[in-house]
Amino acid sequence: MNTAPKINALEAEFIRKDLPEFRSGDTVKVHYRIVEGDKERVQVFQGLVIKQRRAGSRSTFTVRKVSFTVGVERIFPLYSPRIEKIEIVGRGIVRRARLFYLRELEGKAARLKDQKDA
Amino acid sequence: MNQHPGIFGKKLGATQIFKADGNVAACTVIDVSELIVVGHRTTEKDGYSALVLGYGKRKASRTTKPLAGHFKKQGVEPVQHVKEFRLAAEEVAKYAIGSKLDLNAIFTVGQFVDAQGFTRGRGFTGVMRRWSFAGGVGSHGTHEYFRHGGSIGTNMTPGRTLPNVKMAGHYGDEKLTVLNLKVARIENEKGLLLIEGGIPGARNAMVTVRGAVKKKNAGKKA
Repeated sequence: MNTAPKINALEAEFIRKDLPEFRSGDTVKVHYRIVEGDKERVQVFQGLVIKQRRAGSRSTFTVRKVSFTVGVERIFPLYSPRIEKIEIVGRGIVRRARLFYLRELEGKAARLKDQKDA
Repeated sequence: MNQHPGIFGKKLGATQIFKADGNVAACTVIDVSELIVVGHRTTEKDGYSALVLGYGKRKASRTTKPLAGHFKKQGVEPVQHVKEFRLAAEEVAKYAIGSKLDLNAIFTVGQFVDAQGFTRGRGFTGVMRRWSFAGGVGSHGTHEYFRHGGSIGTNMTPGRTLPNVKMAGHYGDEKLTVLNLKVARIENEKGLLLIEGGIPGARNAMVTVRGAVKKKNAGKKA
């Protein structure tokens, strides 16, 4: 949120209502439109949400996955028109909003308990 | 001198917008909803031609009688801020006194513009912040000499400190122009202009936006 009401009104139009609610600890599939040369295609990035920045239309979220033993993190603007859809794969149980501690963990230690198992 | 049409308005702050291709553009928002034409300058009467713009309402109690008379002569309400824009005479004639400005007539999206404002005042500032001096070393016996600028000249020749040596002093609150920014969006009904990039000045400060001087056709695409 910005302090100027006129800027808030301007930002309000970018806010998308079609995206599901999720939070840190959830595993999501982000369908993201990317441009390759002159072709456009949808790329799916699946991983764990480790951070959300809640700032109205300027909100972002960070998704982390381990790809071929290398940790990959990607920051998406939440209301980007390039996001086609967000699927929620699982909802993990976490006790904090920023899961940076997962960066230090590997393999079995880096797992989270899912809400439906608990 | 920049002779391209432009506006001046209140800097509201910064935000971001998503462009048509999905990319994010960081923008400065300028409020021009209270901008009106308050006068003309003509070659016959004033020796040069310019458009006089006014911004914001001025309370009657805060208006001196000479100032009130000045606005009464033009038939407009007293305004808070007044600024002249040097323009060609035929360009000035397009704007009627008392009328609001049509942003779409002045700017096009994607046009290059120059933005001018007064940088945020920082008060009396040391050399490290003001001129990016390195300061002194933190150890090797140094004491009470960490943020100093060092020597300011030589002894006998010339025996004085040369002019314009960088020293501590007042920093900020100076006029600064940023060239070749882009118009990101025009919200004519809301009276808002979005410029891609930063513009000098604090929030709620007055800033000026004109067509770019260093581009052809005032920065508009042909």
